[in-house]
Amino acid sequence: MSSDQKTSEAFSLEALRAGDRAEFARLVETYSAAIYRLAIKMLENTQDAEDILQETFIKAFRHLNTFDGRSSLSTWLYRIATNEALMTLRRRKVNLVSLDEPDETLEQEQEPLQIVDWCCMPEEELMSAEARQYLDRAIDELSPNLRVVFILRDMEGLSTQEVAEILSLSETAVKTRLSRARLRLRELLSEYYGEKMARQRLVERED
Amino acid sequence: MDQTTCNELLSSLSEYVDGELGEDLCALIEQHMSGCQDCRIVVDSLRKTIYLYQASASQVEVPEDVRDRLFHCLDLDEFIKKAI
Repeated sequence: MSSDQKTSEAFSLEALRAGDRAEFARLVETYSAAIYRLAIKMLENTQDAEDILQETFIKAFRHLNTFDGRSSLSTWLYRIATNEALMTLRRRKVNLVSLDEPDETLEQEQEPLQIVDWCCMPEEELMSAEARQYLDRAIDELSPNLRVVFILRDMEGLSTQEVAEILSLSETAVKTRLSRARLRLRELLSEYYGEKMARQRLVERED
Repeated sequence: MDQTTCNELLSSLSEYVDGELGEDLCALIEQHMSGCQDCRIVVDSLRKTIYLYQASASQVEVPEDVRDRLFHCLDLDEFIKKAI
């Protein structure tokens, strides 16, 4: 989803509030892919992601009359979807950390232990089917609080300000969480690709 | 590897790769990196990590059946075909 206000402004709030179904269908069409992406990366489960997708637009439709237009429509939709995703995760009890808890309770900055230069690996190896599965598993290892920031900021390409607004956090808190998420993922990816490189070297030596 | 400096810079690397750091801190990091291969590797792999996730995100699409059920539950079936 493009995070700019222009996309939101392309919709007639008046028509949406009046229950114009064609306009609402256009809204669903525009934002469903982004909401689905967010849900699937947050939950790693297609059924849960579909539930979040449906629930987000059902709630949006019901509450359009309370949307005050202070934030963009996309920010508002993302906020509904992230709340739903975090609630689902809490229900699953995968992680009991509350969003309201201060940053001190979250993961700290990951000190780099893996110093392997894997950046030169060929693109097809970095993005192989197996590697992509590993990317998904690694993101799943982040606490939901870090994961949601990383997804919105780095995968959806939203600005720090937008993410802060969606999650009701300060911009500093968003930056701190993003930094922790990125460093943790860098560590996990370095372990994975580093091992791959080592194995490859071993094979080459045997040849 | 000068551990103190490396660790001190660690929390600024994320903003550094986003190009959001102030000039002074930016210069400090670059000066440190010119003599520290480990930090260069950390910064390069941090950039690559972000890039790989960005690339993998763009590959996710809503499956057709999921999309159809979404429109159906919102009572928007008549718009399924019209939408691109």
